[in-house]
Amino acid sequence: MKSFSGKALFLDRADINTDEIIAARYLTEISKVALGAHLFEDITLDGFDMSRDIPGKNVIISRANFGCGSSREHAPWALEANAINLVIAESFARIFRQNMFNCGMLAVELPVSTIDHLFQSHANQETIVTTHLEKQLLIIETGQIKEEINFPLSDFDRALVEAGGWVEYADSHY
Amino acid sequence: MGKTVAEKIFDSHRIDNPADNIHVLRLDAVFCHEITTPVAINDLIARGKDRVFDSRKIKAVIDHVTPAKDSKTANQGKILRDWARRHRIHDFFDIGRNGICHVLFPEKGFVRPGHTIIMGDSHTCTHGAFGAFAAGVGTTDLEVGIFKGICAFHYPQTIRIDITGTLPAGVFAKDVILSIIGRLGVNGATNKIVEFSGPVVTAMSMDARMTLCNMAVEAGATSGLCYPDQTTLEYLWPFIQDEYANKSTALEAFKKFWPDADATYEAEIEHDVSQLEPLVTHGFKPDQVRPVKEMNATEIDQIYIGSCTNGRIEDLRIAAQVLKGHKISDHVRGIVSPATPKIFQQALDEGLMSIFMDAGFCVTNPTCGACLGMSTGVLAEGEVCASTTNRNFSGRMGKGGMIHLMSPATAAASAISGHITNSPLFKRKKK
Repeated sequence: MKSFSGKALFLDRADINTDEIIAARYLTEISKVALGAHLFEDITLDGFDMSRDIPGKNVIISRANFGCGSSREHAPWALEANAINLVIAESFARIFRQNMFNCGMLAVELPVSTIDHLFQSHANQETIVTTHLEKQLLIIETGQIKEEINFPLSDFDRALVEAGGWVEYADSHY
Repeated sequence: MGKTVAEKIFDSHRIDNPADNIHVLRLDAVFCHEITTPVAINDLIARGKDRVFDSRKIKAVIDHVTPAKDSKTANQGKILRDWARRHRIHDFFDIGRNGICHVLFPEKGFVRPGHTIIMGDSHTCTHGAFGAFAAGVGTTDLEVGIFKGICAFHYPQTIRIDITGTLPAGVFAKDVILSIIGRLGVNGATNKIVEFSGPVVTAMSMDARMTLCNMAVEAGATSGLCYPDQTTLEYLWPFIQDEYANKSTALEAFKKFWPDADATYEAEIEHDVSQLEPLVTHGFKPDQVRPVKEMNATEIDQIYIGSCTNGRIEDLRIAAQVLKGHKISDHVRGIVSPATPKIFQQALDEGLMSIFMDAGFCVTNPTCGACLGMSTGVLAEGEVCASTTNRNFSGRMGKGGMIHLMSPATAAASAISGHITNSPLFKRKKK
């Protein structure tokens, strides 16, 4: 099973699309690792600097409709190539969300009020997210602030994450 | 309790229900192209599972970058080509026979009412125009589809949009779907099916219905759907005439995939298009739409007519009608991409290609190319494109480029004037 803990990258915008996560000009790559260097190369987000903001991060916290647009699984692969296996957002586009779980990665939806709170209390400072999958619990730590947040996870999605993805699950069940 | 179209299709294809709300469906077809399939093929090989569930139900095409533009795209084509040969996939379309997947596969008769279809491409929702459940998926879902013939989905909730009134002259399916996306928002139909119904849809050709369903995903929808009717039947008849005694039996069979009168919808929306004007997007999201007249001063550098949204023969006829006898502005570049070889041939036979070329357009071979900035029309930084495609995301047609989505009529008129403008086909209705 993958690791779902580490430093958080806050992306404060709704509707971040898959072209922004990984531009189509890199879809000619057939290895996942090659995508890593181009994560968020075309993102429209004030103050974002990919060479400064991505290294060392393992969790993304963002707003509504994260991953909308193309079906490209290159988007979660580009995250995975940067050791980012968890995205926390207000909501996800269907295909992106399914691609995350299909790859054994985690897409966590939290209510808008919780996401607002995370941005207000934790963004712009070093924030560590620790995920306890079995308890469906996130521990968010920023300096002296430490809080626990429960997250929803269906049995099926958990089974995909534990199996390592949909190929493994489907192959053993069907 | 009555059922929606998607509920009927789910109920007739379910093989498992492994968790609340998760339904594993048997697939009638798995469509493949050279961008998202090679990684799945390589992964299957690495796992020692290089198999296909049914070589007759897999359809494959090289369409995104064709002919190959460099070694990497040549290799992607080769992986797909070698795999298709290895598994005797009969319906594999290579250079000379290839076209844009969402135009080519319907044209070949591969899409039928009530079918379940997946493809590693978000615009797979196009095929819902035939009353099929067709959904874009990622490479892992595609991979499992290829070797197991199944895919898992959440049980669908459906929004029904009744498109009413009559379309003014010069207002097209593209304007209708842009107006619907503007109304729902880019997140308005996420995880949902959109059924398009009503007299305006009934009056639409299959080409127009495909334009409508093609952009359902831009409102987040899993699939768009139209009810299979006489128009669907006439389009499909050459491919299905051996399967039915006559047309009325076929039509009866199609009606199994109409919603029940007491079907339950998440929302039912009436969308009157009688006063609709030609629309164009601004900004970087497809729900940012405005009437063309409000964007009138916008100068453009390139015009692109093509794609799985608007590269069909009807689209080319409409654009040619506007362009006939005109030259495009000398400070713009015009590119037209007929979506399949058949459409290209038809356009030649009908004299449309002469009209495009006389006007100053460059005609490319059928390909997805410029729509996602991969080839045949990439924008430079700061350039503006009037485009009949489906996504205006930042950088989509080239880093730093700006895309305005519009109908082929508006794109052709804009090519002539050099700035965004309404076509002379548009006649405002008197209130």
